[in-house]
Amino acid sequence: MKHRDARRLSLILLFTPFALWIALLIILPHIGMGVLSLREKVGPRQYEFGFGNYIEFAMEPIYWNTLLRTGWMSLFVTAITLVIGFPIAYYIAKIAGRRSRGALFLLCLVPLWVSDLIRAYGWILLLRETGIISGLLQWAGLASQPVEMLYNDAAVIVGLVYTVMLFMIVPLTSTLDGMDDAMIEAGYNLGGSRLTVLRRIIIPYAMPGIVSGCIIVFMLTAGSYLTPILLGGKNSSWFTETIYDQFITRYNWESGAAFGFLLLAFTSIVVWLGLRLSGQSLATTMARD
Amino acid sequence: MTAPEDTDLQCLGVCKNFGSVKAVQDVSLEIASGSFFSILGPSGCGKTTLMRMIAGFEEPSAGDIRIKGRSVLNVPPNRRNVKMVFQHLALFPMMNVFENIAYGLRCQGLDKAEIRRRVHDVLERIALPDVADREIHQLSGGQKQRIAIARCMVLDPDVLLLDEPLGALDLKLREAMKIELKLLQHQFNTTFVYITHDQSEALVMSDNVAVMNNGRFEQVGTPQELYHKPASAFVAGFVGDANRWNGRLEAISGQTATVGTDGGLSVRCSVANGETLRAGSPVELFVRPEFIHLERTAKTGGKDALSGVVDSLLFNGANSRALVRAESSDLIEADITLTGGTDDIKPGERVHLSWAPENALCFPASGPAA
Amino acid sequence: MRVNTAYMIGYRLYLAAFFIFLVAPLFAAGMFAFNDSMFPSLPWKGFTFDWFFNDTEPKLGMFHDKRLLRGLYYSFVIACWVSVLSVTVGTCNAFLFVRSRLPFKNVFYIMMIVPLVIPGVILGISILVLASTIANGLDDAYDIDLGFLRPGLLLVVLGQFSFITTISSLVITARLRKFDASMEEAAFNLGASRLRVLLTVTLPYLRPAMIAAGIVAFLVSFENFNTTLFLVGSESPLTITMFDRMAKVGSTPVLNAVSLFLMVASGLLALVSVLVQRDKSTG
Repeated sequence: MKHRDARRLSLILLFTPFALWIALLIILPHIGMGVLSLREKVGPRQYEFGFGNYIEFAMEPIYWNTLLRTGWMSLFVTAITLVIGFPIAYYIAKIAGRRSRGALFLLCLVPLWVSDLIRAYGWILLLRETGIISGLLQWAGLASQPVEMLYNDAAVIVGLVYTVMLFMIVPLTSTLDGMDDAMIEAGYNLGGSRLTVLRRIIIPYAMPGIVSGCIIVFMLTAGSYLTPILLGGKNSSWFTETIYDQFITRYNWESGAAFGFLLLAFTSIVVWLGLRLSGQSLATTMARD
Repeated sequence: MTAPEDTDLQCLGVCKNFGSVKAVQDVSLEIASGSFFSILGPSGCGKTTLMRMIAGFEEPSAGDIRIKGRSVLNVPPNRRNVKMVFQHLALFPMMNVFENIAYGLRCQGLDKAEIRRRVHDVLERIALPDVADREIHQLSGGQKQRIAIARCMVLDPDVLLLDEPLGALDLKLREAMKIELKLLQHQFNTTFVYITHDQSEALVMSDNVAVMNNGRFEQVGTPQELYHKPASAFVAGFVGDANRWNGRLEAISGQTATVGTDGGLSVRCSVANGETLRAGSPVELFVRPEFIHLERTAKTGGKDALSGVVDSLLFNGANSRALVRAESSDLIEADITLTGGTDDIKPGERVHLSWAPENALCFPASGPAA
Repeated sequence: MRVNTAYMIGYRLYLAAFFIFLVAPLFAAGMFAFNDSMFPSLPWKGFTFDWFFNDTEPKLGMFHDKRLLRGLYYSFVIACWVSVLSVTVGTCNAFLFVRSRLPFKNVFYIMMIVPLVIPGVILGISILVLASTIANGLDDAYDIDLGFLRPGLLLVVLGQFSFITTISSLVITARLRKFDASMEEAAFNLGASRLRVLLTVTLPYLRPAMIAAGIVAFLVSFENFNTTLFLVGSESPLTITMFDRMAKVGSTPVLNAVSLFLMVASGLLALVSVLVQRDKSTG
């Protein structure tokens, strides 16, 4: 019937942009990157198939140290963001009145609309020795000379937490928002203390939101480039910087591609482990949006 | 058969199958021009499917649908002159009242002046002349109903289909809307086809009603016919209230029969036309509460009489009802009037119930009841 | 529920401290835009608008700094393209997932979400590799030099488009899910053709979400850095230009002026997108 043909045609038409987008901009490039990463330079303009780039990665301690360091710090940042952000999300979802809820939520989104660059810049201005906090400390008499707070791990962590905070708050808030107040009240009614209710009722319920927030935050942190560089200076050693180095500075695309793949693989494994440990799956957390 | 020009809508042996599910089985109907026709049935009986076929959103697996004598099977839904008021009205929220009503007219390509004239004309007819500029969310439930109808009527359809439109309204509004819909139908003199599961809506508003069950029409007739002369156990049980007993046919002569109920009563009843029952076959017996006389003293010679104790009273003003527990431990409902005086029946009293045999109806047992 | 006042006061203080934390760097960045000093740092030397409007060196204001203005222009152009493309494809995707009978829908849906999870750096380098491979291949084999496949504006647009489309798809899909299909049937019943129903009923319903998605796409594109970094050619958008400036020692507060300008502009756009989605006639 003509109707059925029209249906099929419209399906194909609708599917085409999607297919082109995913195939040409996501799938193909990643395959290309993978292929490139398996090429070894054996001579001028001569390439061979091999795992040399990966072996090089394994051999050089500085490379895999950087990757591991990136991983650890990202996990740490994720944990801190969760601990700091959870009470805020809880307040917005449960305690704030209807009007203030919208306003508070918008306020949380404020750093998002500003570029990563400006956020890092702002922290530089706050933390460097000629910056605001240093000035305040001197003015308050707590320091006798300019205090340099940049270019160390703490600064990088603060900057990263700041950047990713709202990506933790948004999923948490939306999950907690869907939670029936009656559940919490029943918990108290049956004799639970504040801590018990938190541990046994609120957190298990919010688990999908927590896990999806953590996944997003972890991936953003590990893939972050500006914040570690600007706030960490020479000591930053973040893996994305290594990749940039290989690609742009040394023009060693094969190596860069391999490192890129390693970053992807590394973060994917961590995410998969996290999903397994918390008993969730990708479908229950991310695809809920 | 009435002349084709007099019938606005005809269905001839319409069937619809969804895979192995027979949603509509061999439905035929004829609706005279300018009448109010209801299709009454429980959820899942197929009435919505039938309506969608008439509107053109589904294709019949078999049979024909004719509007004003001409088959519309090959006419796509946006070209049939059958307009539909949807269950949740489906008013367009991003347009105001004027734009909603004008939508169909714009599709026809009329010019602005003509559109304006017709929209205001129909707004007058539904008695809402000032709401043209309002937004949909500013309207009340009853007003939205009328706008939804106006949106269809402005296109001068041959048939208007209404899909349970009163479901979302609260009780008082629903009662008022029933009267309004009847008046609107007379006003526009268009054929209305109304589907519902609420039998009071169907009985109050319609010229003719079709009772539908499991994809088939069990009976088509006026509300009075359905109420007083139901053709099957399903219709008797679905339309109006009735006390219902299972039993076995003891004897039959002509239109009258004697039934022995499972509870041990022996009751005389009348048998619907055309039913051929044999002694011993399982039957269902129906007696409506308003035909049961309730007295403190027993009637003499009452073969169709029971005695029992009043279990409880359901107060509803003039429509009060007594629930009487008979010796067979059946609970029987009888209509009574509670005036509030000292003479009223009270719970715990022993009473006697009786009824005329013509008011007891008997049908072959239909299996799991509606 | 028991509300302990001391507990609530503590909670509220925590909340306040948090919001101070949120606002502090932005405040710092914006504040120094008005400082009459050559460096964006203390001491405070007086209030001035010079960093916005002055036109002479060495205190070159933002609106006269040619390179910054060019960066602003390129960012704007890129963001417009990305916004339009991603909303278009996003709308198609919404219909694809909500309305069509696509087989393996769940698999494709996960594929749609994946770009959001991949680090921007990886998106950038992967597209760079593919484009360069094609360009080099064609150049070597057929001597065709396809300039647009080299790092430049087109690649930047494509790179940003690759993940921003996911965002706009999600926004528009969420709205389409709430659409009552009987409205389309009603319009059909009233005599409209399929195309007309789409144009007069379905798309107007989606409009608030499409506008919001467009604004979000614009903002995310404008401030993007990681993906752009690898795809940028000689015409660099604002974020790259600013980064170059920042890397040089002793940048002037003109960067603060730009930051403040961007903050205000982004804030206004974000406000518009929220207001548009709060449209009352959503029904």
